[in-house]
Amino acid sequence: MTSTGARSAPVDRRRSSLTGIALGIAVMAAVDEVVFHQLLSWHHFYDRATLDVALLSDGLLQTVYLVLLVAGFFSFAELRRRGTLARRSAGSAFVLGLGAFQLFDGLVDHKLLRVHQVRYDVDLLPYDLAWNGAGLALLLLGAVLAWRSRDEGRPADRGR
Amino acid sequence: MTAAGLGPVLLAHGGADPGGDPWAGWVVPALVAVLPAAGYLVGAGRLRGSGRRWSSARTASFLLGTVLAGVALSPAIGAGTAGGHMAQHLLLGMYAPIALVLGAPGTLLLAVLPVRGRRAVAAVLRARVVHLVSHVAVAAVLAVGLLYLLYLTPLYALSTRSEPVHSALHLHFLLSGYLYAWAVAGPDPAPRRPGMAVRVAVLVGAGGAHAFLAKLLHARAPELPPGSGHGVAEIERAAQWMYYGGHLGELVLLVALFAAWYGHTGRAGLGVRPDRRLPAGTAAERG
Repeated sequence: MTSTGARSAPVDRRRSSLTGIALGIAVMAAVDEVVFHQLLSWHHFYDRATLDVALLSDGLLQTVYLVLLVAGFFSFAELRRRGTLARRSAGSAFVLGLGAFQLFDGLVDHKLLRVHQVRYDVDLLPYDLAWNGAGLALLLLGAVLAWRSRDEGRPADRGR
Repeated sequence: MTAAGLGPVLLAHGGADPGGDPWAGWVVPALVAVLPAAGYLVGAGRLRGSGRRWSSARTASFLLGTVLAGVALSPAIGAGTAGGHMAQHLLLGMYAPIALVLGAPGTLLLAVLPVRGRRAVAAVLRARVVHLVSHVAVAAVLAVGLLYLLYLTPLYALSTRSEPVHSALHLHFLLSGYLYAWAVAGPDPAPRRPGMAVRVAVLVGAGGAHAFLAKLLHARAPELPPGSGHGVAEIERAAQWMYYGGHLGELVLLVALFAAWYGHTGRAGLGVRPDRRLPAGTAAERG
């Protein structure tokens, strides 16, 4: 194989996947904040049913999402600069991250800790089903993509 | 004006000055903005005059910081309301310090000082107390811990009545905010600065504590801060500013921190880690 710049280094699947997951979680968290809190005003900043421990977990988690967003972005830039980005692995991990956030938010934040609900003054059940169903669908799609990209960057003659 | 009265006035917002010349409230904020800015510009000018380079972005950042600090102390911010106080706290405790720190004033100072002056600065940086307060965890406690004291005790109510207390608070916001931003993301060198993982972990803890306090204020707006005299809706709005304003500050700090990491990794030629990522063809993959 001739050395053609970015193509010369082997891809880093592990780091690409971690970067993809971090960005997936952070992007879905950002969509949650921008779309459902600010644009639609479905989610509330606080409702009277919120548990005190949820105030703390929400504060910590929102900060973690910021870290994942910025760390993921710069890690992605670094992988591209090194030419070691495993595109399909990063992409499938990104979808996994989207689903993981959505399902975690729908089950732990909304139901267990009752940070807030999907929407107020409506019958919640269809909203909860749609919310968590979408999370589960993304999670499964990500898992399928991850499975199919498991051999990425591994030459067939060295396959395990 | 007595000498004893000068200190409080220096850091008080002009709006508290009853009667008198409407411009009087602008004198102190103007000085707070102009004096450090002038000193910085003189330093950067001398450096450039001697043929060395100094980044325009750093200069712009520092000047922005002095303007933000000046605005926070000016009559433009109505400090009688909960929202006004929150705007002051965010500007003085987060945005002004971050902008000042990203201007790398310490690096500039060391570059323009004669050798003797540099030794003096180095001696200060070696002092044990500087190591202690500039540690990221200590700086975080100083910056965020005081907020808990402020909003959960009658300290806030006291600060709205007493100018010396109010001014001392403002000074604390600015200094602790500066220490924290420097410890997390400062381009200026710091003694014994911990690694990325520790700094990011402390940032998550401090950011979480800040957001938790903001939500607590929102949830307990009828009772907190004790004896504030503000309306519930006013406090709820100020608490939301605190929550989102805090996240914005963290975002800027994180970008500064990781951008510095990215730049450093690139400059250091760490593009390929020799232990595991040898170029293809050398066939030295991990087993």
